[in-house]
Amino acid sequence: MTSTTADSSAPSRAARRFGPALLAAVFWVAVWQVAAWAVHRDFLLASPVEVARRLGELVITADFWGTVGWSLLRIVAGFTGAAIVGALLAVLASWSRIAQTLIAPLIATIRSAPVVSFIILLLLWADTNVLSALTSFLMVLPIMYANILQGIRGRDRALLEAAAVFRVPLLRRVRAIDVPAVVPFFAAASRVGVGLAWKSGVAAEVIGVARGSIGERLYEAKLFLSSADLFAWTIVIIALSVAGEAFVLWALGRAQRRFAGGAS
Amino acid sequence: MSARAVSRGVELRGVVRRFGEQTVLDGLDLTLEAGTATALMGPNASGKTTVGRLVLGLDSPDGGVVEGVAGARRTAVFQEDRLCAHLSATENLRLVLDKAEWPRVEAELRAVGLRGAARDKPVRDLSGGQRRRVAIARALVAEGEIVVLDEPLTGVDAASKKTLLAYIADRIAGRTTLLITHDRAEARALGARVVRLRGA
Repeated sequence: MTSTTADSSAPSRAARRFGPALLAAVFWVAVWQVAAWAVHRDFLLASPVEVARRLGELVITADFWGTVGWSLLRIVAGFTGAAIVGALLAVLASWSRIAQTLIAPLIATIRSAPVVSFIILLLLWADTNVLSALTSFLMVLPIMYANILQGIRGRDRALLEAAAVFRVPLLRRVRAIDVPAVVPFFAAASRVGVGLAWKSGVAAEVIGVARGSIGERLYEAKLFLSSADLFAWTIVIIALSVAGEAFVLWALGRAQRRFAGGAS
Repeated sequence: MSARAVSRGVELRGVVRRFGEQTVLDGLDLTLEAGTATALMGPNASGKTTVGRLVLGLDSPDGGVVEGVAGARRTAVFQEDRLCAHLSATENLRLVLDKAEWPRVEAELRAVGLRGAARDKPVRDLSGGQRRRVAIARALVAEGEIVVLDEPLTGVDAASKKTLLAYIADRIAGRTTLLITHDRAEARALGARVVRLRGA
């Protein structure tokens, strides 16, 4: 006899997993709706319905996708640059104590300085076209550096000793020992970094009023007292950030499985 | 087979090794004759594993000399398995071999009693005894004129020991071998000269 237990339990598992989160979201949207009714001024607090309507209007325009693409390109570039430079600096610091000593104050300064200071400085030095990319890069760099360095330092020393005894070629060792040790730390850095890249990047676009960017749309929302636009674009930023994080984690999972799958 | 092509002796003379306040080896003299097996026995914490690490070049003496190891290719079964847990048994062996020698891997794993699906699972999913077999096969398939076997049969069931000892005896023939063990029968089975180490 064929059992149907698995099929009937699947929806209840999904409900148990996502049900509470969905209920919480519905609760807060309801609170927002009630607050909008209470305030009763759309320019101060647009209702969720109004924001959804505005978002619907926006997404069917070519201008919306051009704006999203403009910001996405630069913020992804900043994040990717930070990941690459952070990894290179971490490798360098793990090899050389002198390099680590030289890099440490630079990273500490970038980590501690207010993001606005960097944005204003970059406004003086660079074009607004690259402002969000540079700001995202600077904000993500210390996180990438610190996490990847921690991953490198946390490698299994016993395995490294074994690799040295067996004279495992460097590339094979990197794939079999180093990368699997670092990937969880890189994933943790990415989880924080993607959100930070969007927050800081869009802040830079707002301050620099970068033409054609999401930041410019937010600035306009403030100028025209349109809280519906402000909320709609904020939802877009959150969606892009969450999707970006999910994509990075998915790609890392794939890479980890691929690295784990072969010693060649 | 290249692993057996060259063999050289190893000599430890007046070797001293301290860890903090504790002197583990105090003027140790030990000769590992070229192409033969030497079994190092002794109580716990007498410095047997430290001698193995010195021979492997993973540690340096505080005094005395270790001769015959510079530039030599070495291989080992460590006290712990030291396998890449996410890789399969096959991949762990391939890691230490030139690509041209990869076709040998399957036969080596079969020789240590690892068959079928067990060869292709991540080694973290294998039993302790199976992982030990992989560690033994990896050490003895790898090129190396000096072999260190640190309690190689730990965690292996009694029934499999005989097969594995025969495998080890075959693969270390003609190679300078240091066997670290508590079991005199293992030393006998491998035809090893027994040296007792007293704690410093």
